[in-house]
Amino acid sequence: MSSTQFDFSLAIGGAAGQGIATPGNVLARLFTRRGLWLYAYNAFQSIVRGGHIFLTMRISDQEIYNHGDHLDMLVCLNQDTMDRHLGLMGPGGRVIFDSDKIKPSELPEGVQLCPMPIKELSNKSRNKVIQNTITLGAVASLMGLEFDVLENALRLQFGRKGDAVIEENTTAARAGYDYAAKNFEAYPQPIAKGPKPLALWTGNEAMAIGGAAAGVKFYAAYPMSPSTGVLHWMAQNARELAIIVRQAEDEIAVANMVIGAAHVGARAMCATSGGGFALMTEAIGSAAMMEIPAVFINVQRAGPSTGVPTKTEQGDLWQVLGASQGDFERLIVAPTNALDAFKIIPELFNLCDQHQCPGIVIADLLISEGTFSVDPDDLDFRPKIDRGEIISSGAANGEYLRYAITESGISPRALPGLEGFVHVVATDEHDQDGVLISDEFTNPHKRRRMVEKRARKIANVVDNIAAPELEGPVDAEVTLVGWGSTYGVIKEAVEQLAEKGVTVNHLPIRWLVPFHAQAVIDIVNNAKRTIIVENNYSGQFHRYLRSETGLTVDGHIRKYDGEPFMPHHIVDGVLEQVAGKTNHYVPLQEIMV
Amino acid sequence: MDGIDTRQLVVDPQKANDFKGKVDPDWCAGCGDFGVLNSLRKACFELGLKPHEILTISGIGCSSNFPGFFNSYGMHTLHGRSLAVATGAKMANHELTVVVTGGDGDGYGIGGNHFTHTARRNVDLTYIVMDNEIYGLTTGQASPTSVLDMKTKSTPFGSVEFTFNPVTAAIMNGATFVARGFSSDTKHLSMLMQQAIEHRGFALLSIFSPCITFNHDNNDAFFKPRVKRLEDEDHDTSDWKTACEKAMLWGDTIYTGLFLQVKDRPSLDAAEPVLADGGAISRRALGLSREQGEKIISRMM
Repeated sequence: MSSTQFDFSLAIGGAAGQGIATPGNVLARLFTRRGLWLYAYNAFQSIVRGGHIFLTMRISDQEIYNHGDHLDMLVCLNQDTMDRHLGLMGPGGRVIFDSDKIKPSELPEGVQLCPMPIKELSNKSRNKVIQNTITLGAVASLMGLEFDVLENALRLQFGRKGDAVIEENTTAARAGYDYAAKNFEAYPQPIAKGPKPLALWTGNEAMAIGGAAAGVKFYAAYPMSPSTGVLHWMAQNARELAIIVRQAEDEIAVANMVIGAAHVGARAMCATSGGGFALMTEAIGSAAMMEIPAVFINVQRAGPSTGVPTKTEQGDLWQVLGASQGDFERLIVAPTNALDAFKIIPELFNLCDQHQCPGIVIADLLISEGTFSVDPDDLDFRPKIDRGEIISSGAANGEYLRYAITESGISPRALPGLEGFVHVVATDEHDQDGVLISDEFTNPHKRRRMVEKRARKIANVVDNIAAPELEGPVDAEVTLVGWGSTYGVIKEAVEQLAEKGVTVNHLPIRWLVPFHAQAVIDIVNNAKRTIIVENNYSGQFHRYLRSETGLTVDGHIRKYDGEPFMPHHIVDGVLEQVAGKTNHYVPLQEIMV
Repeated sequence: MDGIDTRQLVVDPQKANDFKGKVDPDWCAGCGDFGVLNSLRKACFELGLKPHEILTISGIGCSSNFPGFFNSYGMHTLHGRSLAVATGAKMANHELTVVVTGGDGDGYGIGGNHFTHTARRNVDLTYIVMDNEIYGLTTGQASPTSVLDMKTKSTPFGSVEFTFNPVTAAIMNGATFVARGFSSDTKHLSMLMQQAIEHRGFALLSIFSPCITFNHDNNDAFFKPRVKRLEDEDHDTSDWKTACEKAMLWGDTIYTGLFLQVKDRPSLDAAEPVLADGGAISRRALGLSREQGEKIISRMM
């Protein structure tokens, strides 16, 4: 991060039910409309009412990939926020709080307190949400925003609620704005402005929209955090986009409905978290056996079992790798952020259709519930669609073989409804005509050729996906290997380490199956010191890397406390390992949410 | 072709037997399921259906091998999951005639949750359950419909569990067509199947289909003197209370026939606005239009 860059982090903390979402939305939309890049991470508890919520929002005039290391502004809606989070503030920071209710904690050096007499400013209004709007006014003032920018944002936020509500909020915001301008010192670097407005989405929305762009026509789900946002977007947009959305009785039904819909020719998708994914796994194997393409998304949360429903982890890698009994063909990809998830889903659908097998997306809470800015020009809503070999006409006269032995292993698919191509697909082992081998006679030669036929389909699929590429200087002192959602935080850690004089490069892994083993071997063998960064305890990716490549590495940085990595966690881990102090670093999470 | 010597399927059936599948059943000689299979062939032929218009979906069990013996598109899916698969298939192509076949263990045991909810959703399909009151493929353990005190390999001293009643369960869960049949009464069965297929909504046809190998309590000799057709007496198929009372009888009289039919509740596909026009969703153009993309972006700004 260069010093001329505008890079600002603010956080709003309070109790659930205090209405943090509204000021959060107002600010996020205001910032992205102004053309600033944004990443927001909301740390909360799995309680509908009550519990602590802490929304961190980082904005910059350069692209950013995570919620950063420090806070420039802290907005305390309750005492708890003041007590827990003040320690994250550095010199130059400002703390806004209601001086009628909240007492300042011990102040770090250089931090400015901005006490707001909320009761007086709100004309003793009992409307608690209005108090949040007063605070918003103070935020805008300190950041050097013109008042009309905030007024427009409030107008957009409350437009549907009518003039009276807009008026009430504008007046409240004005009171906070003027009070802050008169009593507190604004930041020396005023808020920047980008060249064009940016859009805003969560990872869950990105995955849903990626599905819609891929042509998903059937989406089923059982609600499960942190994947439910996909269902919400799909349900909200279903009628307009002609997508059938079903909420099923359990994830077993979800997966099987998706397979039924996919078999008759619809592109079908579902999303869940690890617990629901466990229920889906038998069905995923059946899709592979029947050779039906469909996409299953596992949005990881901290486990095992019900685990920590609102916290993040990369702990389901082996669950996904081992999902369903038997040897079978499937594709597994771990997107690196919301935009990547949006792009990878259509690509995965194409590969699944071409190879007639299930595909799995392994994401996590950090992506799914993170809020990202995105450049609208980067969004291709009409990606390439390739349905693979589907027979749409012709006369087979009842001689069609659904599982015909072919050189590629791919047997052209006929969809139910087509005359002359009637056949049965089966989860039992079957011959080329779909007839169960056990119904005829058990024949080891037939079994073998069917196993090999299916295996041939994906034997060379690795050639059709992008190989992982090293980012940064080839001859760096350290190579950091990460997978999926850690991409952004590692990228920033690499930049910070360069400023500290340590040259580091980064090998991000997206595709897990197929795995570009040779490309990874070549990179790691050339690396001077390889450190794997992952968000779990046991080093699940490290085990996978060893199983696929036989490689061992020099060190590890692991985190498994439920909170995502911050850049300095990785920076510290690298510095300690370069100094020879350890080869296994576990950062301490400072924010006690 | 390449070692494939199974039967070539008839594209345009001219008789009920043209609905024979690639292979013949591997069921035990004397199994009730033969009567069910023959009745469905007859029903589909008499309704003038073509094999490619039908999708037959099953789970796992002796009776779930059914799709392989029947000339239609078929899916032989996981144990207990046929109704979930069928719901997805029907919604994605509602122009198909969907028939689900299976047994009591598959549908009322492991698949019980889906049975409840598929009935409630009124998915337009015909659910044919071959109920032999036993687990046959696993060589004779108690099933949800095994009667109290029944001795099986898993209940060697007699079952202590209350018997599941599929007819009352279906009625209570909102099924709109609930019937019971008997595999030896194929004429009646075929008629019930035709009605069930023509019904727009979830149609349960639970059939006593005795297992001659593992259930010696509820065999043909048990059912024949007890079975009475509702069609032979004055039964009001719109009266759910009487339907339940009659379905509970398990003594000298055991009723078969159509217990209940609800004609005014829309099936799930009919209630789905996306399917109001434009045909099967599986055949529509994929992806988003430029306008749809622009609208999505405008909501993200």
